[in-house]
Amino acid sequence: MKIRLGILFSRLRLEEKLIIEEAKRRQGVELIPLDSRKLVLRPDERPELDILLDREISQSRALHVLQILQNSGVECINRYDMVRICGDKVFTSKALHDAGVPTPEVKVAFTRESALSVMEKMGYPVVLKPVDGSWGRLIAKIESRNAAEAILEHKSYLSSYYHSIFYIQEYIHKPDRDIRAYVLGDETICATYRTSQSWLTNVARGGKAIECPVTPELHEICIQAAGAVGGGSMAVDLMETPDGYTVHEINCAMEFKGNMRAVDVNIPQRILDYCVERAMLKMEAMN
Amino acid sequence: MTTCKECGSEITLPDDVVENEIIDCEACGVELEVVKLDPLEIDLAPEEQEDWGE
Repeated sequence: MKIRLGILFSRLRLEEKLIIEEAKRRQGVELIPLDSRKLVLRPDERPELDILLDREISQSRALHVLQILQNSGVECINRYDMVRICGDKVFTSKALHDAGVPTPEVKVAFTRESALSVMEKMGYPVVLKPVDGSWGRLIAKIESRNAAEAILEHKSYLSSYYHSIFYIQEYIHKPDRDIRAYVLGDETICATYRTSQSWLTNVARGGKAIECPVTPELHEICIQAAGAVGGGSMAVDLMETPDGYTVHEINCAMEFKGNMRAVDVNIPQRILDYCVERAMLKMEAMN
Repeated sequence: MTTCKECGSEITLPDDVVENEIIDCEACGVELEVVKLDPLEIDLAPEEQEDWGE
């Protein structure tokens, strides 16, 4: 009997293409592509899937699909609660903090006035981030009160309500690199240093990736961080400080095209292995 | 071979192209989506939305 693997997507990036190619090569896997642009779900929808891999680029769509399918009994990678936590930086910080995982100091404010006040207390530079979003988008390193006032005013003209939730993070003085580690279940399969001349090291913004050894210390904090958000398949972003690693972000539908050339690990193959493993565990539990 | 929906330049698709794949126009840089393979149909890829991410 084949494992019926659904892959949820709406944008076929290289990552999705490689995962789909890998799934097609597996004799024990029946691939069921689910393009969210064509998907119509009833609240009681229960598609014939053994497992769903969420590769949806739109977090709003992903959450709604996961909410329906997971509650209808489909095993999902990742699970709704995990995606919800990772999709919101406040929720992620809270989860990491509660689990005792080292993470930068964060303050959350809800008005321009209180945001400015807390930045003044924290001292500059500080980092202002939108609570949602990726790829370093709309992240600002604020180095003075004048800059803070200007950016807060600009944010007030942005349309999304989320821009009135001010996520203010301490600025970490780090080397010109950070670390991205890929976690599947209880394994840290590989990691890269992402270097950049900019303070933002996102590969999507031109950061370069080179292999980073997965030391026991790095593995331990990655698994702690993964557990804090509910586990599954994810990329853990860390910075190096004189006191050790600090986890600043977790990405639940991780991209890897910019990192996979730097590591000797077949990431799409490992993701498929993980999907099969989770599907088999689910099937065993049901029998 | 097809042409870019934005600038009209000729585009050679990779041999292993699949439906829904995103490709870049080397001439103007716009992102295109391979909507259908048979018959070949390409269109401008959806623009980035605020909730997009990883």
